[in-house]
Order: sequence, then structure tokens, then C-alpha cells
Amino acid sequence: MSHAAAVSLPARRRLRGPLLGGVKRAAAVVVVLLALVGCWELYHWIWTSTGWTWPFVVNDTSMPHIWTIFKAFGQPAQVNQPALITVLLHKTLFTAKEAVAGFAVGSVIGFGLGVLLVHSRLLQRGLLPYIVGSQTVPILAIAPMVVVWVNPKLPGPLQGWGAVAVIATYLTFFPVAINTLRGLQSADPRALELMRTYAASRWTVLWKLRVPASLPYVFSALRLAATASVVGAIIGELPTGLQDGLGGAIFNFNQYYSIEPQELWATNIIAALLGICFFVIVVLAEKAIVRRAPEHVA
Amino acid sequence: MTESKAPAVVRLERVGKTFPQGQVTALQDIDLELAPGEFVSLIGPSGCGKSTLLRVIGDLVEPSAGTISVNGKSAGRARKDGDYGVVFQDAVLFDWRTVAKNIALPLEMLGWERDRRRARVQEMLDLVELTGFGDHHPWQLSGGMQQRVAIARALAFQPALLLMDEPFGALDEMTRERLNLELLSIWEQTGNTVVFVTHSISEAVFLSTRVVVMSPRPGRIVDVIPIDLPTPRTVETRDSPRFFELVTRVRELLRSRGEHLLPEEEAALE
Amino acid sequence: MRRVLRKLGEWLPAFVVFVIVVGTWEGLTRALHVQQFLLPKPSTIVSVFWTQRHSLWPAGWYTFKEALGGFAIGSGLGIVAATIVSRFRTVGNALMPIFIAANAVPIIAFAPIFGAWFNPITAQSKMAIAAVLCFLPVTVNTLRGLQSAKPRQIELMRSYASSEFQIWRRVRVPTALPFVFTALKVASVLAMIGAIVGEFFGGSLDALGVLIFSKAGVFQFDAAWAGILVASILGLALYSAVVATERVVLRWSPDARNS
Repeated sequence: MSHAAAVSLPARRRLRGPLLGGVKRAAAVVVVLLALVGCWELYHWIWTSTGWTWPFVVNDTSMPHIWTIFKAFGQPAQVNQPALITVLLHKTLFTAKEAVAGFAVGSVIGFGLGVLLVHSRLLQRGLLPYIVGSQTVPILAIAPMVVVWVNPKLPGPLQGWGAVAVIATYLTFFPVAINTLRGLQSADPRALELMRTYAASRWTVLWKLRVPASLPYVFSALRLAATASVVGAIIGELPTGLQDGLGGAIFNFNQYYSIEPQELWATNIIAALLGICFFVIVVLAEKAIVRRAPEHVA
Repeated sequence: MTESKAPAVVRLERVGKTFPQGQVTALQDIDLELAPGEFVSLIGPSGCGKSTLLRVIGDLVEPSAGTISVNGKSAGRARKDGDYGVVFQDAVLFDWRTVAKNIALPLEMLGWERDRRRARVQEMLDLVELTGFGDHHPWQLSGGMQQRVAIARALAFQPALLLMDEPFGALDEMTRERLNLELLSIWEQTGNTVVFVTHSISEAVFLSTRVVVMSPRPGRIVDVIPIDLPTPRTVETRDSPRFFELVTRVRELLRSRGEHLLPEEEAALE
Repeated sequence: MRRVLRKLGEWLPAFVVFVIVVGTWEGLTRALHVQQFLLPKPSTIVSVFWTQRHSLWPAGWYTFKEALGGFAIGSGLGIVAATIVSRFRTVGNALMPIFIAANAVPIIAFAPIFGAWFNPITAQSKMAIAAVLCFLPVTVNTLRGLQSAKPRQIELMRSYASSEFQIWRRVRVPTALPFVFTALKVASVLAMIGAIVGEFFGGSLDALGVLIFSKAGVFQFDAAWAGILVASILGLALYSAVVATERVVLRWSPDARNS
């Protein structure tokens, strides 16, 4: 009996590999970021020296120095207010709340839709065009109506940000639904045959075969959904005029852009970090939950 | 579903199967009876319907004509009662489950409690000589080991009838010969009725109590040859003159009744 | 004739759903006397759609051009970037996580900045937003596609002593195409949305997004919905164009027929 055929590394080596890889990756990221900062300043310097105006005019307002932006974090945006970074962090939490709610509800709805559709070709043909079409509707345009309509229906503490969460849900459910469907459909037909030999019910086949097989696809969608929920939360705040979140901050700082450009940039950096943060959380969750043959991760 | 089964009696009468697309007659007029505890091989060139026949017995394909009964029940009833264990050419293991959980799959669906499942899985691992590999994942095992897991899974709930569709086809010859011996020793312990589809004449003769020779266009049984080699079969059995005689007999049957055999089909038979 | 009937049959369930939804919408709004200001009846929307078509469609076309321009520029640059990056394996591996992370950034937050750069009234600012929105998914997916050629196939080409360029042309590009089209489908929808959302921060009066927002601002929601309808139709048109192109280009792939 050849036990040698089985693959198993001694425990110590198993840890060192990925750890070293992670450090190398982080270092590479830092290098690239520094390179980007360098490029930014270089571009700024070249364009201001030569006075080129294409594609757009470069000066301290359109492209503030990186250092100016960083300094802006430490200073208050308005008189008698805490430092910008503190204000932004509060707003981030507010927006994050909406995004998380939207992500959770949207994922559940999307997943449920996927499960529903995999069992009926008829429903697929009937509903898929609208599911796809739903994303061509510019949600921002409907947002005010959604807010006016949804807000009164929500319990007290949920009002205001709850409506924005609904908008985030709208953007989240789509990738999850589509990818869940694809994932559920991706079950090996021979495994389906195997389940048939066990006379398994559709419900059993779903939970023991289709859902586990679909996990790589679902997580791929959740990565997209993480971003989509943040986008939805930020966009949703704009027409509703909510001051407490990042969307509101972007809108406000946009008004002052010609005077204090660095504040808008600072806000955008925070918004970008929020999006990346959500994304990383999903990636880490996937690593923790899915144990799969390495080449099978979607 | 009841538990450990008395080995099955399988009866096929005038079974036929025509696939509508292309009007292919995969099976025609199949009459076959299997006694309990027999090991029967189905052999023939590609397109002779042996895999289809296996699937018809297992209620994975509906026959266009004829009747099948397994222990007096219809094939469908037998499937729902869990009388079958199936092993395919690809192990078809679930990537996301450990070896132990893969073997436990049918038991979970039978509703066995955790301790009972765990005990049976351990028994099965010992039976296929993979003790200690319970916590591995399928992709960590070699092809031969994966097939052994598939066999363990098929036998876990001790079905009356074991259906195997070229299970060792994807493996190299040495592994295949070794697994043949293991399969026989397992079969001796469990005593199921086995229907085994193969491309290999020597494998069919080595393993079976009877060999069913089939030929294509349309798929039909040419002859059934009883194998009177002594049991238990060992490595030496392959060297015996009687073995050689039987293999030659089967090969001649395949060649002669296969006036319809194309040269490449003949070459495909070992 | 049979094929036409079968095609119609495929679309029948969707059509039925459409009828049911519109019917219920109309029925409920009438029966419950839902305030017109919140959710106009479909019949009202359609009539406004018709009566105001002279202002709606030109506006739609204006925004569509922004979206199309952005789509073309963004996707084009994305494909070029991915091609360049895939050529240099180590750089590609280092940059991939950056691109993926950048894809996670809510680009739309940068819309006001693009407005500041390109004068919010012009079409270029919205085109820029659409372009950036398209650039990232196209780059990420194209890169992934270019990297996913099967090693055996490359080995085969090497056994023919093919040059790197030939390998690229005959193996890597065809393997990458399905990935590219997936990305283009996503990008096509994003382009239109990006253009309209961008117009929230200011845009030409000729633009559809501006029209929708201004109508919504004065509570003429039926006109706003009519505008949304136009936007949706145009977005779907671009998407369908990409799907149709995919069907032609990827005739050999089983996956292409599934959309």
C-alpha cells in the first residue's frame, strides 16, 4: 500500500510558506504605493513646469500635493470642529453601517433568488431578463423616491440610513444572484447522478451537493458585492441629503473644492479605504471557510 | 431504507433501450439472471451497451422495453430502497469533504446518528486499507486511493447490489491489478452481488464468477461464460493455464461474434 | 419558422412576467390611490414618455455618447494595460492585487473630482468617469484571461518552435476572449450608469441625467421615470450589442450561448 502517494508536509513548513508569501506581498504593495505617490508628484511637477493643459489643467487645486492632503487629515475642516480625520471616521462608521446592512440583506436576497432559479428553468427565463435589466436603471435617480417611500415605513432608529441601506441592497443582490445561480448549476453531473442513486430529495441535493459546489462562485460574487454595497451606500446618501455619512461629506466638500481641494481628496481616500476594507474582509472570510483543491477557487 | 442486505437476485427479461437522438439501439433483447452473491462482469467493445445496461439495472436510465426486477422489486423501487451502491470510473468525491465525510455521505442521508456513522466509516477505512487517511482531502490522494474511497463509500451502507462502471479504467496496470485483489477480498467479506463493467478481458476473467460478453450495433449479449477458476483468486491465478484458456475463449467470442467489430474496436480490447 | 417559434417561446415567460408586473403596478396604484408623486402609474409614464420624446431621446443620445466614449476608452485602455502587464510576469503578479484592490474602490466617489478637472458642464468629465469605471474590471479580467492559458497548449506550441508572439496570438488571446467579454458586459452597464450618476454633480443641460434629476427635483416624477426608462433602454442596448458581438466572436465556446 503506497502511503507515499498522499501529500502531507510537516507542520512547521506548512506555516512558513504562506507567511513569507504574505510578507512579500505586503512589501510589494507598499513599494507600488510609494511608486504611485512618486508618479503623482512627478506628473504634477512636469505639468506645472511645462504648462501643458491636456488632459486637464494641473495646479495645486486640481492636483494637490500628497503632503497637503495628509496634513488636511489632522486639521479641522471647519472652525470649532475636531480634526478632519475624526470627523471622517465617524462618517465612515455611519456609511459602513448602511453598507453592511445592504450587503447582508442583498446577499441573502441574491442567494435566495439563485436557489429559487436553479430549480426552475421557467422562472429563469421569466425573471433573469429583469434581474439583469434592474442594474441598467440608474439607482441614483430613483433614490429620492425610495427614501420618501421607505422612510416612514421603517421603525424610528432605522430611519434615514435605513433607506440608504435599501439602495445598497439594490446594488448588492444582483452579482450575488447571478453567481449563486451559476455556482449551483456548476455541480458535477456525475455527482448529481450519484445523488440519484441515493434517491436523494431535491432539498438534500441542494444542501449536500449544489451549495458546497457553489461556494467559490458565491464568494467571488461577495467580493463584488462588498464593493457594490459601499458604492450603494455612498451614492444613496447623495440625493437624500444625509449629512452623517461619507456621501454627504463628498457632496459638501465638492462645494468648497476650489478653496480647499485637499479635503475632498482626503474624503475620497477614506472612501477608497472603506471599499478596500470590505473587500479584504470578504477575502479573509473566504480563506477561512472554503477548503478546496487549490485550482478550484474561482 | 433498511440496513445490511441479503445479496440481490437480479432478473432482466427482454430488456431493450433505444435512444431517441440518432435512433441508436443501445440494448436489444437482454435476458440475464444473476444469482445472489455472484460477481458478474460485462465486457465488450465500445458501444456494445455495457454501461447502458449497468445504468438500466441501477435505474439511472429507463429501458424502452422489457422488465427488470431486483429482489422481486422494480429497479426504481430498489433504488429508492437503497439497494444499490455505485462506483463510477471517476471517483466523484466531494472536494469540500474530508475522506471520512465522503464515505459518510450515504449514511448521512440514511439518517444515521453521528456515532454510528463514525464507527462504520472507520470500518470502511480499514476494509479498503486507508486507515488514518480519514482527515485528508480527496485532492491529497492518488487516483488509486481515491477509487478506494469511492468503493468504501459505495459499500458503507452494505447494499445488496454493487454496480461498478470501469472503476479502475483510469489507473495504471500495476495499481489496477493490486486493486483487483483488494476488491476480491472485500467482496469475500461482504458477499454482495456485483455487476462489473470493464474493457479488460483479463480483469473480467480474473474477478468474475461469470463473464457476460456483449457486442454492439445493436447491443446484445453474445454469450455468458462461467469462470471455474478456483477461489480465492491470487496472483498465481493469472499464470495458470486455465486462466489463459478462458481469456482466449472470451477473446475469440468477441472476435467471432463481432463480425461487426471495427479494427480499432478490436484493438481496444486487451 | 420553427426556430422563430422556439425563440418566441423562450421569451414567453419573461413577457408574461412583464405583463403581470405592469398590470399589478397599474392596478395597485389605481386601487390604493397611491400618491402620483411617489409612484406614477405605468400608463402615465408611457404617455409622458411619448409626449416628451423630443426632449427625452436627444438627451438620452447625448448621455449615451458619453457612456459609449467612456466604454470605448476605458475598455480599450484596460485591454492594452492588461496585455502589457501580462507580458512581464513578475510585474503582473505584483500588480494584480493592486488592480483587484483598486476595483474595490468606489470610483463614483471621485466623480466630483473629475468634474473639477474637466469642467462639469462638458461631456468629457462624464466620459472620464465612465472610462475609469470600465477600465478596472476590464483590466482585471483580461489579465486573468491572458494568464489562464493551459500549460499543455503552450508546450505544444513550443514544440512547433513558435515565437512568443505566435503563442500569444494563437493560444493566449483565444483563451482570454471569454474573460474579456464577461468584463465588457459588466462594463457596458457600468458605463451608462456612471455617466448618469456623474451628471448628478452637474452637467450639460442636454444630458439625460441632468434632466432626470431636475424633474425629480421639482417632483415631476412621471417625467423622471420616463427619463429613467430611456436610460435603462439605452443601457440594455449597449449590453445587448456586446452580447451579440460575443455570440459572433465566440461561436466556438459553449459558455457564450448561456447568456
